[in-house]
Amino acid sequence: MPRRPRVALFVTCLVDTLFPDVGKATVAVLERLGCEVVFPVKQTCCGQAHINTGYHRDAVGLVRKFVTTFEDFDAIVAPSGSCIGSIRHQHSMIAEKAGDGGLAARARAVGTRAFELSEYLVDQLGVTDVGAAYPHTVAYHPTCHSLRALGVGERPLALLRSVRGLQLIELPNGDQCCGFGGTFAVKNADTSVAMLTDKMTDVLSTGAEVCAASDSSCLMHIGGGLSRLQAGVRTVHLAEILAATEDAAP
Amino acid sequence: MSDTPAPTAPIHAPAGVGMLRGARTFPEAARQALGDPQLRHNLGHATATIREKRANVVAEVADWAELRNAGEAIKSATMATLDEQLIRLEHQVTAAGGVVHWASDADSANEIVARLVRETGSREVVKVKSMATQEIGLNDALAQAGIDAYETDLAELIVQLGGDLPSHILVPAIHRNRAEIRNLFLRAIPDIDPGLTDDPRALAAAARRHLRQRFLAAKVAVSGANFAVAETGTLCVVESEGNGRMCLTLPDTLITVMGIEKVVPSWRDLEVFLQLLPRSSTGERMNPYTSLWTGAHRGDGPRAVHLVLLDNGRTSVLADQVGRDALNCIRCSACLNVCPVYQRTGGHAYGSVYPGPIGAILSPQLTGIEHNASLPYASTLCGACYDVCPVKIDIPSILVHLRAQDVEVKRARRDVPTPESVAMAAAAWTMTDDRRWSRAQRSSRLARLVGRRRDKARGLIRSLPGPLAAWTVARDAPRPPAQTFREWWARERSSDGQRR
Repeated sequence: MPRRPRVALFVTCLVDTLFPDVGKATVAVLERLGCEVVFPVKQTCCGQAHINTGYHRDAVGLVRKFVTTFEDFDAIVAPSGSCIGSIRHQHSMIAEKAGDGGLAARARAVGTRAFELSEYLVDQLGVTDVGAAYPHTVAYHPTCHSLRALGVGERPLALLRSVRGLQLIELPNGDQCCGFGGTFAVKNADTSVAMLTDKMTDVLSTGAEVCAASDSSCLMHIGGGLSRLQAGVRTVHLAEILAATEDAAP
Repeated sequence: MSDTPAPTAPIHAPAGVGMLRGARTFPEAARQALGDPQLRHNLGHATATIREKRANVVAEVADWAELRNAGEAIKSATMATLDEQLIRLEHQVTAAGGVVHWASDADSANEIVARLVRETGSREVVKVKSMATQEIGLNDALAQAGIDAYETDLAELIVQLGGDLPSHILVPAIHRNRAEIRNLFLRAIPDIDPGLTDDPRALAAAARRHLRQRFLAAKVAVSGANFAVAETGTLCVVESEGNGRMCLTLPDTLITVMGIEKVVPSWRDLEVFLQLLPRSSTGERMNPYTSLWTGAHRGDGPRAVHLVLLDNGRTSVLADQVGRDALNCIRCSACLNVCPVYQRTGGHAYGSVYPGPIGAILSPQLTGIEHNASLPYASTLCGACYDVCPVKIDIPSILVHLRAQDVEVKRARRDVPTPESVAMAAAAWTMTDDRRWSRAQRSSRLARLVGRRRDKARGLIRSLPGPLAAWTVARDAPRPPAQTFREWWARERSSDGQRR
């Protein structure tokens, strides 16, 4: 590598506030692979919840905040498929609707440089073996936005297969949504819980110790359900598995 | 030839007629459906079967991606010239001896059909399965005019005999299993063999005997159309049973009610859709019966052929630059079968003849968002619908577009903002400034203080207040940690952190 890749971490508001260990793990993986990680402190939230709930005028300020904070970086990495999906596919639409063509163009440009963690590791750094060790059985939930909005495909699985000691167990009906859907989980709580129930049944059927995913929001949903059932299965973010080594197993 | 002049301004589908509006909101109706384990079992089984069939036959087609692109392109080009295509269609149908009627809405279409039937002197019609006539509530309108309408599609017959409502575009009785259908037949079909079993063949044979008399006696048939080819004025119905073919060929008079978005410019275009539709809908390589007819012919088939072109809100959908793609739908119902919400709630929860993801974007646009405001939220935006759509309708994006429309309409109508809009505005205000955001994060830590000691030790919250209580009915919430990520970063990496 000619020069240390410089990466701006977009930690996401959810990870920042509720799951800081996922952010720390993302930093650890990127630094272990030789990246210089920068955390622009002016960052807040991508506005996905506002956009998907229909508050498009309220989201304009958040889009502007994101673009202004991150547009000077060559690579932006987030441990979330849905936030990157929103940045890549929705930010310019929000700016266009507000009649701000300039912001829309800037948002589009930033969107091309924003990557979900597994995309960045596999496509930009060209790495699948990140030197991790994690001696546990893991069922991986691919999450809808990583799977369909971003099309990350096999990337997270390729990363997991290279983790020493990790036994990957296929999750039946993995491509089915867990029922989170942002405000859907509250507005349509009954349907959301019905979907969650089926997802938990599938997770439990694998017998895995850990259910992993690359989005803390989906994990908060699945994990919240499993915890209520006291099912004994942990939910762990992909970044946390990739950060684990033989010296420092979590 | 015009019965009513085309409307000059976009109008929505009228209330009080047809089946586009539910009496309850989606969450209310879904709650009831979710409480019915038989329904969930029937739906889960049926949708899984169709999903697998579709996936297999789609995988066989090497150029499926190109076919979808072609389908999307043809539909978009057609919608951009819809007025011209419809006038061309009218001209060609008329030239071939058919009669074209323009119906601005459901009431107008119902009146036209009732008048046409009355003019034949007949008091009954046989019907080909049709979404458009369900949409406008034609059977009820005909009943009010003293005309009996008999559904001949097996599943529609099951729905009609049970006094039920269709719950799926392609499989209207998907919510029923064969034991339920057997009981219904024993109850509702006169002179039925009391030894009828629930073997699908036996059930189909019983329906066949029941329907045969209707076909032979009927003087008038009513159909919908899957496609209309503008260049020749040819109408097309695609079906599986052959009962549609009977209706289209045996009676003297054939009346077709078709949404204006069903027109395609040419036969070359039709070729694309006849590949896309059967694989997407029934999971078949080709559907068993494809009927095509062009006007009226002496000594062969119906002597009088009518085409009723239905708007019923479609023009107003066309006026919406984002939402108009919903008109590209070819009613294959692949999006229903893959939708995790539809699979669990079934079609009735959507309150419209168009259920599932396509219904969630079509019904609110046809009626105006005020009348179906809960439907755009009946999705997790998981995107499975977009993936399977044969004409690549970006349903998740249109759902988000309609949610924004709903928010704006509610804002404009209310003096007092909704609690949700206050919360959203406050969150946006907080999050457009990182210092305000850090302060808010610190105050969220107060949640660490509440709850039982045991839950605190496990790092979770078992009950949340206000609207968030809906979360903790079945899910624990995470307890805010002692330190946010940005606090950790500032402490550990302050030199890096101050670069920006």
